[in-house]
Amino acid sequence: MGRRALLATVVIAALAVTGPWLPAYPLTILTQALIWAILAMSLDVLLGYTGLSSLGHAAYFGVGAYVVAVLATEHQMGLLACLAAGVALATATAAVFGLLAIRATGTYFLMITLALGMVIWGLAYRWVSLTKGDNGIAGIPRPTLLGLELFAPVPFYYFCLACAALAWVVMGLLVISPFGLGLRGIRGSEGRMQALGYNVWLHKYIAFVLSGLFGGFSGTLWAYYNGLVSPNDLQLVTSVEALLMVALGGSGTLIGPALGAGIIVFLKNFVSVYTKRWLLILGGVYIGVILFAPAGIVGTLRRSPSPPEAERAG
Amino acid sequence: MRGSRVRGRLTDLALHLDGVSRAFGGLQAVDGVALAVHPGERRALIGPNGAGKTTLFNLISGALPPSSGRIVLFGRDVTSAPAHQRAALGLARTFQITNLFPDLTVLENCLLAVQAHSPVRFSMFRPVGGYPALLERARTALGRLELGSLGDAVVRNLSHGEQRQLEIALALAGRPRVLLLDEPTAGLSPAESRLMAGLLRRLDPAITVLMIEHDMDIALELSDMVTVLHYGRVIADGPREQVKADPQVREIYLGA
Repeated sequence: MGRRALLATVVIAALAVTGPWLPAYPLTILTQALIWAILAMSLDVLLGYTGLSSLGHAAYFGVGAYVVAVLATEHQMGLLACLAAGVALATATAAVFGLLAIRATGTYFLMITLALGMVIWGLAYRWVSLTKGDNGIAGIPRPTLLGLELFAPVPFYYFCLACAALAWVVMGLLVISPFGLGLRGIRGSEGRMQALGYNVWLHKYIAFVLSGLFGGFSGTLWAYYNGLVSPNDLQLVTSVEALLMVALGGSGTLIGPALGAGIIVFLKNFVSVYTKRWLLILGGVYIGVILFAPAGIVGTLRRSPSPPEAERAG
Repeated sequence: MRGSRVRGRLTDLALHLDGVSRAFGGLQAVDGVALAVHPGERRALIGPNGAGKTTLFNLISGALPPSSGRIVLFGRDVTSAPAHQRAALGLARTFQITNLFPDLTVLENCLLAVQAHSPVRFSMFRPVGGYPALLERARTALGRLELGSLGDAVVRNLSHGEQRQLEIALALAGRPRVLLLDEPTAGLSPAESRLMAGLLRRLDPAITVLMIEHDMDIALELSDMVTVLHYGRVIADGPREQVKADPQVREIYLGA
């Protein structure tokens, strides 16, 4: 526990110190990575800890982003109100979708979440009066927080860093709490959990809704970061990228998916300068991870130095 | 129902099964089973392979719904109650095929069992280590099954015998009133089986125990009452000596 807290402090401090020294372009990429890190970590709560692989996480990301886009442009609402509304509606969406999805497991869960994700995409695409359809909602102003202008890259970077750190701490606490232990138990054996007296459905449902909450949180930040929200943001590709971030970094490690988000975002931005076939690279990375590091980067690092006997000795 | 008439009213029973059946397609795995188990009773459930013993456990614990019949736990009809509600009423079970959380440590496994009936299981803002009372209970439960020194070991690295002990520790950690033991000595060496029998003999006498066991010596040593299943039906039911002397049982099961 002490080691975790120390690691968290070091990582956050390092990001905070390096930020202002970075040139503008890498800084925006790093800001983007922080936002995606929240999405990837929220998916990890489901995938890595509960054992539910969702292919529809773009839905909550999208709902959060669209709520901010609509409220900030049409109603000129402030940062905190937009954040609260975006997170609340994303959470509500997850609460409804969870009722439909949690009854299924494995591939069927994957298919249902995929379908539900496409429903949100369809809404964004077709509900033109609200979402402006294909064009998306542009001109979302960078916010002010307590009189502090977050327009410039560095303050906005610090704002996103604070948000990501908050999400990391809250989710990090969640996964080592008694509730989180219950989630890891469900990943291990649902039958045993039921026999022990757990309402497995309820545990999964709560995890699903909380995961949607943080997915929505990342979406609200994305709207401010990008200034534009369009149906592109909630395509299947977004959900797949989030899954890949989790797999690449190491599912069930939380910090791994955040690292995976950083790597994917950097790859995406640098590679797409040279080629339009970004998805091909993405697919290649995915196959590479499955073949050579199925536990992901952090998962592999954590496992290799501790042979079974060392683990036993504690 | 012989036992119930002799020893008290039906509502005093810990567990009461009435005409419980379960079919898998055309196969009648459990066929009209009636069972009356008194509080504190030690009962062995024996029968050849495929007699429906584990299926009956799955019906009692709620892992499977019965096709027909009634299951009553401490006077409460739980026939259609989900497994976790039955567990909350004090029913615990172990599994014939070890069913643990292989990626977690021994202590974490036990903590899951300890917190299962506590509101703490929904607590999200404090690490597991911040609940010393729960940790203490988990350690006590491990100590009782002689696993106290293995708390930090990851379960997948335990020996088979240690995993079988942990099976029991998990079931006991929730402080059950009725315990279903599904072949506690499955896969154990003779020496390990003796150790397991010793641990089971020391169980709190207040706990009602229903045990499936293929090792006849252990089954008969630990139980005063015996129920014999054959092709899903109860063919004998009563005190140990009486069942042992039953000619039908001797013919089809004990083979003498």
